[in-house]
Amino acid sequence: MSGSQPTGAGAQSTATDPVDRSPSERVDVCVVGSGPAGSLVAHRLAERGHEVVVLEAGERFDESDRLERQERAIRPAHGPQSVWDMGGERDAYASTGERHYPLNVARVKGVGGSTLHWQGMVMRLHESDFSGTEAGAATESGAGTAPAWPIDYADLRPYYAEAEEALGVAGDADNPFAPPRDGPFPMAGFPPSHSDSIFAEACERLGVTMHSVPNARNSEPYDGDSACVGYGTCRPVCPSGAKYDATRHVAKAEEAGVRVVDRAPVQRLEHDGAGETVDAAVYATPDGETHRQEARSFVAACGGVETPRLLLLSRSETYPDGLANSSGAVGRYFMDHLFAGTGGVIDRRTRQNHVGFLTSECHQFYDDPAAGTDGPEGSVPAADADPSELGPIKLEFFNYAGPSPVEQALGSEQWGDDLLDSLRDSYGNSIAMGGLVGQSPRCENRIGLDTSTTDDHGNPVPAVHWSLDDRTRRTIERATEIQERILRELGAEITWQVGPDSTGPAYHHMGTTRMGTDPQESVVTPAGRTHDLSNLWVAGSSTFVTGGAMNPTLTIAALSLRTAEFLDEELRQN
Amino acid sequence: MELTRRDAVAALAAAGVGVGGGGAAYLASREGDDGSAGTPDGSATGTDEGPVGDAELDVLVAAAEVFYPSEIDRVEGFVTEFVRGRATDRPDHASAQADAVAALDDYARNWYEAGFADLDSETRDRALRAMSVDAVDADPAGEDDQRVRYYVRNELLFALYSSPTGAELVGLENPQGHPGGTASYQRGPQS
Repeated sequence: MSGSQPTGAGAQSTATDPVDRSPSERVDVCVVGSGPAGSLVAHRLAERGHEVVVLEAGERFDESDRLERQERAIRPAHGPQSVWDMGGERDAYASTGERHYPLNVARVKGVGGSTLHWQGMVMRLHESDFSGTEAGAATESGAGTAPAWPIDYADLRPYYAEAEEALGVAGDADNPFAPPRDGPFPMAGFPPSHSDSIFAEACERLGVTMHSVPNARNSEPYDGDSACVGYGTCRPVCPSGAKYDATRHVAKAEEAGVRVVDRAPVQRLEHDGAGETVDAAVYATPDGETHRQEARSFVAACGGVETPRLLLLSRSETYPDGLANSSGAVGRYFMDHLFAGTGGVIDRRTRQNHVGFLTSECHQFYDDPAAGTDGPEGSVPAADADPSELGPIKLEFFNYAGPSPVEQALGSEQWGDDLLDSLRDSYGNSIAMGGLVGQSPRCENRIGLDTSTTDDHGNPVPAVHWSLDDRTRRTIERATEIQERILRELGAEITWQVGPDSTGPAYHHMGTTRMGTDPQESVVTPAGRTHDLSNLWVAGSSTFVTGGAMNPTLTIAALSLRTAEFLDEELRQN
Repeated sequence: MELTRRDAVAALAAAGVGVGGGGAAYLASREGDDGSAGTPDGSATGTDEGPVGDAELDVLVAAAEVFYPSEIDRVEGFVTEFVRGRATDRPDHASAQADAVAALDDYARNWYEAGFADLDSETRDRALRAMSVDAVDADPAGEDDQRVRYYVRNELLFALYSSPTGAELVGLENPQGHPGGTASYQRGPQS
């Protein structure tokens, strides 16, 4: 197919900025956001012959800059936001809840979205996550059931397989707790680390099962990108391109004819007079102009924070509470995963910090976090709490415990032989476990608008209202209890622990335009279309009903591919 | 332990040199692919002038002799390869580095009545501490002491400890920033 051409109405290229950002003639689909959700939807629809424009708020980063970005990640003079140029008036936000939410280290604005800085861990949600019987399903007030998704694992299963192919997942089918799958992963998993082998001794004695980690990271050349070469800075930047990021599908989409416009933040979506359909996405360009991109259908795919913000910013006389918000659920039920961790030192060399990714996890406590274990030489005691009072737990065995020598050297007050002695003392014997804990959806956790502060275009900034409930706190305690038992079995001296008071988010924004069959309770249908506007769709983690405790991107990808199927069908019928 | 030309190339690669542009041309132009850093005595090869000329290099080598552990040999060749390669690839960075080097040298002349490179090792160490280079936060756009920490101390330590030889001093073969493959993380201790 031919690509959508700009109309040339303003925002044309200049000598210093050769990009023409003028709108295209009315296209089939306008996608807002070029992260994994937006790029996968755009690519899939273009493959089916549809004309697609993607509007991306951030810039198109030059791949040849990645080593410079890596240096910024390592050297202490550069803060974490500098790696991908986050911050400033464009990215202003408010954190208004009981817990501070560090939004600008939790996301990247740019072509490729937050996959530019993600870790690259890609697990499927469990069947129980969809059914409302997940661990942590109860409400804060007591036992009960979490809302069920309007789809189940079987609905998403073929799309999970497609998503694994698309992202290039390296994994081994050795996880006895994983949901059923139909075939092997696209690539073999990464072998376990030396550190994993140390953990394995203790876990075997305690009856704790370790297994491999599915990584969106090439264990061999895949889809034109190299195998991992071990830079060790996966998060926040992979210079080799071996870690999947959505620029891969942006490139594929562009090859299929999609037009991707960077530095084009969408200000609002405008609907028709009847309020039944969206007519245009109004976006700004760096020259100070504002444009309207018209399309038959629109897909909001700008993440769990910016998608609800865009809908709220698009309020009108017809929809004074925001677009697609007749349920009042836009921005509500904001969820993240919570980190729990325990670390220390042992009297053995653990060989940390050679790579920046994980090779072993334990999902044994995911569906039944209260259960104990019964190993040949010990056990993890069952939890004191009732099983319904705990959420799902995913445990991780770190390959980067303790300080990275180069980072420690740069931050030290020493040099010469004294510095080397300190580095030798610090490096070598560290060992640690991490983990993710699921958070139940709660109405009061929400993304709203802070009208007292505006961004660089005069729009109210997102306000993150986030808190921890008692169930989540109990689950974090349970996670650290298990971690501590394993580390003590290793004879480790425990030197740090991240529990409920010091925990932080894993930067997985979910739930803020939840899917459902009831327009009174949910924002989008099971297909991903908004209940209120017939040509407005949402792709991404904002549609999650629950979050489980698995890293969300594989589910984002699977849902996006599924939504693209429904949208393709809709476009063909109309 | 000897720093080799391969270490300098590895450090340059970690710093993004050699990916394209001038840095690649610089690396391709270097001779002596025998693994040594510079000439057999470890001195620098080449006299490329730019913001970081021979005088600035002398200061950087003199600083590296303080910052690097005593068991490291061939410091001059390693520093020269690294600094020259980086200057070719990132001239703006080199200009800022030259300014920081000048600030350090001026400090030495004002307080010790000699250029930094002409001070003995103990006095260089004392001068750096007196300037607070050990304690300030590195800042490429900061005050003199902050820029010296960024462009001199941390630049040189970044080069060393992101190279395999520097990291092996600590006990790992594949430091952060070095594309050393995916075999070493699987191996147990080597000694």
